[in-house]
Amino acid sequence: MSSIKTYQEINDKIRRGEAVVLTAEEVAEMAKTSTPEEIAEKVDVVTTATFGAMCSSGAFINFGHSNPPIRMEKIRLNGVPAYGGLAAVDTYIGATSVNSDRPEYGGAHIIQDLIEGKDVILEAWGKGTDCYPRKHIRTKINKYTVNDMILFNPRNAYQNYNVAVNTTSKTKYTYMGTLLPNMKNATYSTAGELSPLLNDPEFKTIGIGTRIFIGGTTGYVVWPGTQFHTTRPKDENGVPVTNAATLAVIGNLKEMSSEFLQAAYYEKYGVSLFVGIGIPIPVLDVEMAKRVSINNSQIQTSVLDYGTVGQPKLGQVTYEQLRSGEIEVNGQKVRTAPVASLAKAREIADILKGQIQRGEFLLQEPIQMFPSNTSLKPLVEVEIKEEGSAL
Amino acid sequence: MNLIKRKVILRFPPQSGDKPLSYVLVKDYDLRINILKAEVMPGKTGRLLLEMEGLQENLDKGLAFLERHSVECQPMEKRLSFNQNNCINCGNCTAVCFAGALSMNKDTWKLEFNQENCILCELCVKACPLRLFDIDFSE
Repeated sequence: MSSIKTYQEINDKIRRGEAVVLTAEEVAEMAKTSTPEEIAEKVDVVTTATFGAMCSSGAFINFGHSNPPIRMEKIRLNGVPAYGGLAAVDTYIGATSVNSDRPEYGGAHIIQDLIEGKDVILEAWGKGTDCYPRKHIRTKINKYTVNDMILFNPRNAYQNYNVAVNTTSKTKYTYMGTLLPNMKNATYSTAGELSPLLNDPEFKTIGIGTRIFIGGTTGYVVWPGTQFHTTRPKDENGVPVTNAATLAVIGNLKEMSSEFLQAAYYEKYGVSLFVGIGIPIPVLDVEMAKRVSINNSQIQTSVLDYGTVGQPKLGQVTYEQLRSGEIEVNGQKVRTAPVASLAKAREIADILKGQIQRGEFLLQEPIQMFPSNTSLKPLVEVEIKEEGSAL
Repeated sequence: MNLIKRKVILRFPPQSGDKPLSYVLVKDYDLRINILKAEVMPGKTGRLLLEMEGLQENLDKGLAFLERHSVECQPMEKRLSFNQNNCINCGNCTAVCFAGALSMNKDTWKLEFNQENCILCELCVKACPLRLFDIDFSE
């Protein structure tokens, strides 16, 4: 397929305020009456977005040095454990970190409190060294006092995700929400035709260096996300029918807003963070025009039994069926509910569209594309022979 | 004449358990009653979520009758709060609401809360990841 537009040409149009930008939902609608050739001709950029709970999120913070200085080896933020193995005053606070005394308040809440400008109590301990003599500190920090606050999420923006049901006779509390017994409900978590990696399933435009909207500011894709899986079963359009690829993303947390980053607590599961991500996709050629035209009736996902160990697959449904409010699983009609916010994802796609239309957001061509043919390894348990044991 | 429907939480003192109060509501005040939730234990304060339908005049008389018999009556809305301003419209609460009080608007995909349908099952309280619901049937 010959390229009909370059990043340079699209960015020039964006700078001149002439770029034609549609959201992925708008282009899916347009595709009902236009051919991919026409779309490739008319449309320059398509904005995609997602707003879902993404557990693999967290933030690096640099507190600055106290006088006398301390080498922080154990760190608590409002009582929540943060990583103490990163130099003297750097830490990483994971979204899911909690203190067992208060399981409903965790790292995600610390991140939200910091974004909102609230004070957070920092308590840290060190053993005391010649150059870092102090052994303990307890003080308040906020986003204005710390040097750096960087959101770095190793695995976000899943390309597709499964539908969760529960066939057992007991309620199951999961990150996919409360799953009622005997398949009385089904939950799903993807923005469907608006979701970033479903609009570029072969990563022709999304790669390392892609500039994105994250948490209310501008950030970047920095790496394939962890558990990046490109060899999952795919449908006839080449779109995976289960959770597959992911993105590692980064952005300046100080610039973010709790409008687009929200702490969450799931009953009997734990803490997570809703992350708002928007990704622009350049319509470089007819092939990309076809990709971004995909609609909910063409995207399928797998229905898994979250009540049973091994999560057996019970069926496959389209996003159009999921959005209708009811799907059929094993001959039984099951009510559906989303657990990620489509309303927020639409808001993000619209904001990004506006930024590009006004020339405020330029596209960044990936500086390196993602790998292909990747898969996942399980964690294998092996026997460990202890040194010095009687064995 | 219009029939009016109202949901009321009734608190029965321990000694009133043996009186057929609901019979009087039906027979003397012509109220259609529907018990949506009940916690009745002998010798303890009982609680009932009761839907009552009838003429405004009869509803008022029925409630006055209950209060004369030491039954506290409180409109259901007072026991229920939802912090809608902070709602992110994720949909988690709609997964557990079978009364039809919480649903997603299929155009905007924003949450719609139809309080009339709520039966105080309280499942949304724990299902909401932002903890925006507060429903108190027990106190």
